[in-house]
Amino acid sequence: MGEIIIQIDGREVAAREGMTILEAAQSAGIAIPTLCHHEKLEPYGACRICTVEIENRGRTRLVAACLYSVEKDLVVRTRSEKVDKIRKMILELLLAHAPDARELQGLAKEYGADKDRFEKESSFCILCGLCVRYCAEVKKKNAVGFVDRGTRREISFIPEIASKECWNCKECFPLCPTEALQAAYVFTEALISSSPSFELESEE
Amino acid sequence: MARINSAAELEELRKDILSKRDPDQPWIAVCAGAGCLCLGNDRVISAFEEEIRKQSLEAKVGLRATGCHGFCEKGPIVVIYPEETCYLEVTPEDVPEIIAQTVIEKKVIDRLVYTDPNSGEKATHLSEIPFYRHQTRFLIGNNPKINPKSIDDYLAIGGYSALAKALFEMSPEQVLAEIKKADLRGRGGGGFPAGLKWETARKAPGEEKYVIVNAHEGEPGAFMDRALFTGNPHSVLEGLIIGAYAIGSHQGFIYTRHDTPQLRENIDIALAQAKEYGLLGENILGSGFNFNVEVHLDIGIFVSGESSALMRSIEGKAPEPRPKYIRTSVSGIWEKPSNLNNVETWANVPQIINKGSAWYGSIGTERSKGTKLISLSGKICNTGVVEVPMGTPLREIVYGIGGGIPNGKKLKAVHFGGPMGGSLPESLIDTPLDFDALAKLGAPMGAGAMLVMDEDTCMVDIARYFLDFLTGESCGKCVPCREGIRQMLKIITKITKGKGKEGDIELLEELAGAAREAALCALGRSAPNPFLSTLKYFRDEYEAHIKEKRCPALSCKELSASEGAKKNG
Repeated sequence: MGEIIIQIDGREVAAREGMTILEAAQSAGIAIPTLCHHEKLEPYGACRICTVEIENRGRTRLVAACLYSVEKDLVVRTRSEKVDKIRKMILELLLAHAPDARELQGLAKEYGADKDRFEKESSFCILCGLCVRYCAEVKKKNAVGFVDRGTRREISFIPEIASKECWNCKECFPLCPTEALQAAYVFTEALISSSPSFELESEE
Repeated sequence: MARINSAAELEELRKDILSKRDPDQPWIAVCAGAGCLCLGNDRVISAFEEEIRKQSLEAKVGLRATGCHGFCEKGPIVVIYPEETCYLEVTPEDVPEIIAQTVIEKKVIDRLVYTDPNSGEKATHLSEIPFYRHQTRFLIGNNPKINPKSIDDYLAIGGYSALAKALFEMSPEQVLAEIKKADLRGRGGGGFPAGLKWETARKAPGEEKYVIVNAHEGEPGAFMDRALFTGNPHSVLEGLIIGAYAIGSHQGFIYTRHDTPQLRENIDIALAQAKEYGLLGENILGSGFNFNVEVHLDIGIFVSGESSALMRSIEGKAPEPRPKYIRTSVSGIWEKPSNLNNVETWANVPQIINKGSAWYGSIGTERSKGTKLISLSGKICNTGVVEVPMGTPLREIVYGIGGGIPNGKKLKAVHFGGPMGGSLPESLIDTPLDFDALAKLGAPMGAGAMLVMDEDTCMVDIARYFLDFLTGESCGKCVPCREGIRQMLKIITKITKGKGKEGDIELLEELAGAAREAALCALGRSAPNPFLSTLKYFRDEYEAHIKEKRCPALSCKELSASEGAKKNG
């Protein structure tokens, strides 16, 4: 693999061919915020908080740092007026769902995001998919997945798989950027609603 | 059906088919397009069958259930050849008279022909009706002439001659050069030059390459691809095979909707017939070129039409756009070079090969060549499928072909491209139908759905409608699209209910900006377009809703009520 020199925030950074901007920045100790990224998982590109500004062949544009591969003569700006504005908006949109998530609150302070800008619709989940993808890619169990689409998209444990696999695993819980217990809650809820014996017990 | 083993055998078969057909023999083309079927044309077809049987005319009169003729507004449509007498709004009760009077006696039934609503003038023949007269129907014009379930009908009008020419008289490079020279641009929405895409796929490393027909027509108000593909499936298939030859692909896919069974049936029949004739499969026409096609159905979500989501769907995964900055023509289905073109793009290929790029280049504008299919709908007298040369002024489409606005209302705007497109005000109605001219004005042509709006249409509500559509049609993966659409819809809905407030427009603009700049795929990036274009040209309407709690079009119910009360008071 050849070495490529790119420029990040004015610094020359040596990167390996095939690396993403995010990996190159991390290797040089330059921080780019992420919410849906995990080094053990395939790049996903959903939260878009890692959006950075790039300049190449005379063109400036915004790309997701977790997806875009480094290339010769690439100039990256991890912070700019445009980038900050988009990150602020993304945080405000997500805070409407998970206003108390510590990770979001920390970033909100950094980017001046107002957690009350949009009407609260607390689902606690920001659909980063870390639990879904960890279960599929690392554990290869697919006990949790996405259901529905568009604005109705949510995560759901699959009772038939979860009741067998999850009790001794729960490795996805600490991955949750909003609230580790949330995953546990959704999980339990799935089991309760699918188990007739559980219902009988609670009725007694 | 015997296998055809050479170009010469194909021409022999064609001659044989034509020799058995008497050009003077009367035959009846009954439109069995989606629109006419909804209006009961299946009963008209049955009535013709019965009447022909009753009078023992089977040997003397032909009957064809054809694809969409285009003039959906006046369906059910029946055309009697060879005179091309066109009858509109036909009922089963009219059938015995049509057989007796027109087919046998060669007399025209006055009450069934087109009457101009303004002049009262009658038009007996299809080509004389203003709706058709102002069109150039290279693609859709064959629909009335063929039974889409009969490959012989397609061969009778010269079908597969372009394929034979490409395979035996041209190298793949020459085919590619011809498409590039023709400057054929993708009809699916982007307008990307097809030749360049083909070239990228051709040059991309790897032995295995795929070609795909995007027949996932999903935007509200778009029905031209379905009309063309259902009515003339072989024209699309022929284009696909030629493209595969140019690109070096041996496997094709047709990706279409699960909820258009008539299209699916016609595709399946076309594939089976082409295979039997040796026009598909191994050693096509004895040329040594192999190519197969598989059909894949969607699960019913708009984003499936996005190229990378479509390819993931073919792989058997959820139709989510993939997170990669690499073209699908380099790395698509199973990471193999995959060339995706829309139905109409593929259908253009055979005529370019047959008539040449110079001929094709003579039609249209500087950078938009050929003809374009348009689904004309909304507040327009003549709803239907229209085909015009690129560069045709929108005015000609609305008034010349569309017959203007019904009920004496005024034209307010035309909207192109559905939920990813934009609206143009009446003042820009002389804009030519051209990829770049329309995109520059903020109303990109998209796939060709043209929605006409009259003075009673509220433009804020139009923006709301398209956002509402997208809430269930985006995949919901990335934040700027999913959450941006959610919040934009909430704000615009409030505005239409009189609950808009100062700063709403600016907030909408900021949300739109984030989606445009940071969303993962083309759907998310263009989701704000209807809002942005309506704001650009109808900002006063947004302001009237917000500041004066008034809907200028008197369309928003919760606002019109108070306006009406004021008027009455």
